[in-house]
Amino acid sequence: MSDQHFIVQSSPHIRDKDSVPKIMYTVILCLLPALVASVYFFRWRAVMIVLTSTAACLATEAVLLRLRKKPLRSVLDGSAAITGLLLAMTLPPTLSLELVIIGGVMAIAIGKQVFGGLGNNIFNPALVGRAFLQAAFPVAMTSWAPPVTLQVDTATFATPLAELKLQAAAPEALTSIKDLFLGNTGGCLGETSAFALLLGASYLLFRRAADWKIPAGIILSLSIFTGIFWIADPGKYASPLFHLFSGGLIIGAFFMATDMVTSPITPKGVWIYALGIGLTVGIIRLLGGFPEGVMYSILFWNTFVPLLNRYTRPRILGEGRQT
Amino acid sequence: MWLSDNHQALSNMKKRTFPHGIHPPEKKFMTENKDIEFVPPPDSLVIPCNQHFGKPAKPVVNKGDEVFLGQKIAESDGLFSAPVHSSVSGKVKSIDPFVHPGGNPVPSITIVNNGKEERDPGILEKEISGEKAAALTPADIREKVKEAGIVGLGGAAFPTAVKLNPPPDKNVDCLILNGCECEPLLTADDRLMQKYPEDIIKGAELACKSTGAKRIIIGIEDNKKKAFSVFFERLNDYPSLFPHGERPSREAVLLKTKYPQGAEKNLIYALLKREVPRGGLPFDVGVIVQNVGTAKAVWDAVSRRHPLYQRVLTVSGSGFNETKNVIVRIGTSVQHVIDFCGGMKKDANLLVMGGPMMGLVQWTPDVPVIKGTSGILAWKASAEPYEYTCIRCGRCVSHCPMGLVPTHLAQLAKYGKLSEAENWGIMDCVECGCCQYVCPSKIPLVQWIRLGKTNVSREKRKKSA
Repeated sequence: MSDQHFIVQSSPHIRDKDSVPKIMYTVILCLLPALVASVYFFRWRAVMIVLTSTAACLATEAVLLRLRKKPLRSVLDGSAAITGLLLAMTLPPTLSLELVIIGGVMAIAIGKQVFGGLGNNIFNPALVGRAFLQAAFPVAMTSWAPPVTLQVDTATFATPLAELKLQAAAPEALTSIKDLFLGNTGGCLGETSAFALLLGASYLLFRRAADWKIPAGIILSLSIFTGIFWIADPGKYASPLFHLFSGGLIIGAFFMATDMVTSPITPKGVWIYALGIGLTVGIIRLLGGFPEGVMYSILFWNTFVPLLNRYTRPRILGEGRQT
Repeated sequence: MWLSDNHQALSNMKKRTFPHGIHPPEKKFMTENKDIEFVPPPDSLVIPCNQHFGKPAKPVVNKGDEVFLGQKIAESDGLFSAPVHSSVSGKVKSIDPFVHPGGNPVPSITIVNNGKEERDPGILEKEISGEKAAALTPADIREKVKEAGIVGLGGAAFPTAVKLNPPPDKNVDCLILNGCECEPLLTADDRLMQKYPEDIIKGAELACKSTGAKRIIIGIEDNKKKAFSVFFERLNDYPSLFPHGERPSREAVLLKTKYPQGAEKNLIYALLKREVPRGGLPFDVGVIVQNVGTAKAVWDAVSRRHPLYQRVLTVSGSGFNETKNVIVRIGTSVQHVIDFCGGMKKDANLLVMGGPMMGLVQWTPDVPVIKGTSGILAWKASAEPYEYTCIRCGRCVSHCPMGLVPTHLAQLAKYGKLSEAENWGIMDCVECGCCQYVCPSKIPLVQWIRLGKTNVSREKRKKSA
C-alpha cells in the first residue's frame, strides 16, 4: 500500500487555461489602442476622464462587494475596470469629473451589483452609467469639443451625426470618411477612431474574447438598412460607410454588444440579437429624434437576451429523428 | 519505408469529423512509440463480479477451489450481464466485497496465483480455420462471445453479445470499428491496431455475420497515422473468413483529431452523416459500433474459445517514473502495474482509471484492473480552481457535441428543476466533459449535470413504481 494521498473529483480531470480574469484583461488590452488614440486627440482631458471613471467603478465595486459580504477578489477580476474604461470612452471630452464619478457609481451600483454582480446583470453596466448621465445631464452630455488635432476656431462643436441630423450640410462635405476612420473628428473620447478600435477588436476576435457573430450581424443589418435609404436618396442620407465609422457604432458593435454577460449564449440567439441591434441603430439614426442610437439599441436588445436564450435552444443531436 | 512515403498523401487526405468538440493537448508522445509489454501477474488477484454494464455475475466457485487460467468463476445473471473468468491458475482464497474502481465495494473473487499458468482445457491451443469460423451461425458466434465474457473495451463495458444481437426489426447494414482513441494520453488501441490488424478485421467480420452488416468502416484519428496506414494501405490484403460475394466491404476512414471523436453518436455522424435519434441506439440507424480491442477479443473468443481475462491499457502521465503500454491480467491491482512501471512520483496526487476526460479517479492504488480499464494515469493536479459565476460566454454551448446548453442544465440540476432539465435535454448528455474543459468560470458543469441525470432517473423510477 502506498501512503500517498489522492484527490477525489468528478471528471473531466483537465481544463483549458483560459479563465474569467484572462478574458477580462484581454478585453482591457484590446481597448488600449483606442485609449491611446483618445489621449492623442483630446490630450489631458482624456487622461483625467479615463482615470476618474475607472477609479470610480473599482471603488464602487469594492464597497458594494463588501456590503454584500462577497469575496473582494472579484474587484480584481477585471470586469469593473472594463466598465470604467468603456464608460469613459463613451463620454464627451468636456464632461466635468464629478459627473464622470456619478456615471461610474451608477454603472456599477445600478447596472451590475443590484442584480448580483458579475454574470447576473441584464444590461451592459457601462451603458447603464452612460444612459443615466444622458437622462440626468442632457446638456453636458451633448456638448462636444473638437479634437486638439483639428484646427477649428469654435469653442463648441457638433458631431458628424448631429450635423447630419440637423441637415446642416451634406455629411460627406463636413467630415470625410478618412477623418471618421482615423478619429479626427468630434465625438466621445474613445469612439471616434475606428482605426484604433478595429486594431484592438481584431485581437479581441482572434483570442475569442468576443463572438465575431455580434459585430458581423450589427454591421450587416445596419449597412443594409442605411444602404437602402442611401440608394434611394444619396443627397439626403449618408452612406452605410459613414454610418459604420461615425458615432459609437464600432465601439458598440465590437466592445459593448459583445459583453458576454449581456449577450445571448445560443448561436441563433446571437444572430437575432446582433441583427436586431444593427437595425435598431439604423431606425433611431434615420427615423428617430436622436442623432445617435447605439447605446439605446444595445440596452434595448439586452432586455431580450433571457427570452432569446429560452426560445433559441440549439438542436440536440438526433432531435426529430424517429427511433 | 512505405509508411513515411505515404505520410504526405495522408496529410492531404480529406478527414471527416463531427460539429463542435474540443482540442485538448494530446500528449500521446509519452507512449505512442512503445510496444505493448506483458505485466507478469501478481501473487494474488482480486476479480470483481461486476465489470460490465448490467447485473453482476454470480460466483460459481467456492472458497478453496482450484481454478485454471481462463476458467469461468462467475456466471452471467440474465441477458444484460457477462461471465467472469480467472486470469491466473491457483486457489480461490475468498469471495468478499472489495473496493471497485467505480467507488463502491462489490463482491469480488480473490485468487492466489500458483504461478503455473495452467490453462483451462476448454481453451484451444490453435485458432480454428477460417472456413470453420465462417461456417458458424450468428447464434453460435453470440454464444461464444457471451461465454468468453466479452464486453465493450472502450470503457462503457456494455456486454458485446447483446450488441451483436440487434432486434429483428432493425436492419443493421454497417459495422463501425472505433479506432479513434480520442482521449488524450491513451495509446493502447493505437498499438493494438498496429499489432493485430488481421485479428481485428476477422473479429469485425464475425460481428458482421452476427448482425447482418455488409460493410465494415474503421475510423481512425489523424494523430495515429501509423495505425491508419496499417489498415489503409493493405486493407484488402488481410485475409477474409468468407468467400467472395459473402464478404463485407472494408473501408478505412481518416478522422480529424478532435475530442470526443470516438463517442458513439458523434462517430456515427462523422462517418455516415446519420443521426442516432434522441434516446435511441445505433441500431436505430442501422449501425453497430465496436471498439477495435473488442473486435480482437471477439476473434479470440470465437477462434480459440479464449475468454476475456486480460486487456491492453496505457500507463501514462507525468506522475509515473516510466510510461508504458501494457497487457494486464484482469484483477491485477493498480499498485502492481505501477510497480511494473517503476513506481509513482512522490508529488503525484491524482490517479485516474481511463482517460483524463472521462476516467474515474481512484483514492487508492489498491483497486483491481477491470475489463473496462483503458488506462492508468497519474499526475500532479493543481488545487481546484476558484469558481466564478457563469459569465454566459456560451463556450459550453458552442463546444457541446450533443447540441446542449450545459450551463443552463447545470443550473436547473442545481435547483432541482428536473422536468425542465429534461425538456432541455439533460438525458442526452454523454458526460464527455467538453463544457467543463472550456468553462472560463471553472464551474463543475459535468458534476451538476450528472447529479441532475441521476435525480431525473430516480424520479422516473418512482413514478413507474
